[in-house]
Amino acid sequence: MNLFIASVRRDLLVHFRHPSEVLNPLVFFVVVISLFPLGIGPEPGQLKAIAPGIVWVAALLATLMSMDSMFRSDFEDGSLEQIVLSEQSTFIFVLAKVVSHWLLSGLPLVLLMPLAALLLFLDEAGVWALTLSLLLVSPTLSLLGGIGAALTVGLPRGGLLVTILVMPLYVPVLVLATAMVQAAEAGSDTIGYVYWLLAILFGSMCLAPIATAAAINVATDQ
Amino acid sequence: MLQVQNAGCERDGRPLFEGLSFSLAPGDLLQVVGGNGSGKSTLLRVLLGLYTDYQGDIEWSVDEAPLYLGHRLGIKQSLTVIENLRWFGVLRDAQVDEVRIDEAVYKLGLAGFEDSLCAHLSEGQRKRVALGQFLIMDNPCWVMDEPFSAIDAEGLSFLMAILQDHLDVNGGIIISTHQPISIDRPVNTLALQ
Repeated sequence: MNLFIASVRRDLLVHFRHPSEVLNPLVFFVVVISLFPLGIGPEPGQLKAIAPGIVWVAALLATLMSMDSMFRSDFEDGSLEQIVLSEQSTFIFVLAKVVSHWLLSGLPLVLLMPLAALLLFLDEAGVWALTLSLLLVSPTLSLLGGIGAALTVGLPRGGLLVTILVMPLYVPVLVLATAMVQAAEAGSDTIGYVYWLLAILFGSMCLAPIATAAAINVATDQ
Repeated sequence: MLQVQNAGCERDGRPLFEGLSFSLAPGDLLQVVGGNGSGKSTLLRVLLGLYTDYQGDIEWSVDEAPLYLGHRLGIKQSLTVIENLRWFGVLRDAQVDEVRIDEAVYKLGLAGFEDSLCAHLSEGQRKRVALGQFLIMDNPCWVMDEPFSAIDAEGLSFLMAILQDHLDVNGGIIISTHQPISIDRPVNTLALQ
């Protein structure tokens, strides 16, 4: 528990001192969203129809931008091998890294969601569904992305590889989340989608850190 | 503390060392020497379990995992000296009180730099921060890979003194260095070709 809290605090402190890594994906997200009304034309009906897809793809890409750096600096400065060496649980450390990654990349995206939705003329029900779906899904994105980040941490340029490895894992949540927003806009019940997204979240919470910890052990074994 | 039997390791099809047998008892210092690329760092990583592609038996009999100073120092550039030292304590789940950390900072010659980011320190100073882990915790065994590089003459004599102190309390040290070690205790040498 001590390691968990100390690790989250350490990550927040490091990123607080160098905020560009956190801010870049958020700026990217807003810029991508704001390009669509310019490209397609400011017609509310058209924009509204494709809004869930646009917002979701932009959110995925923004999350992936920050994914590569999850373990990279710890690997390069030797912190990762010190973790493996100490008798502390790598599982807990991974969980702490995922939580701080979510606090720094997932949560800000959730908070930006209403703004993005307004740019695309979503109505109130749509805004709420979009925000709720991202709140449910963003921790899953960080958890699954961690596996890719840990697998590629020893490679000099792992950025693109992380995307290729992790994207297929994101497909189910992407499908469910956009379906949830469309259902909300059509005025139907979304609770089934919420349950599904929660089930995926809890499943990945149990399994993804195990895979990530194993990948870290492989990465430091050299 | 450590029993090694017939340890061997090869990298890229080239044998680094083979048939190594040695042991480390409390109060022993083992100096690993050898030219560049002779496998000193790899041997230390093998001993610690950080590199697992080896043959032979390595048996540790210590309560706490050894402290390790490697080529990658384990120091975060964007944290201060104090924050980095505290993190070393957290990693080993050790209750390190602030007085001890302050003492270590003073002994390491980093007084006045407590709240400086490690990115703003010199190479030698960063090495001193990493050496701080040995001062704030009481793990019985130390493994040090080239601890004297980038350290000045004054720091060198200080380091010799802490090595001596650790051996005096029956600690064990494995060290890889080209530097002669000047302590009044027998130094076991392991030469790698």
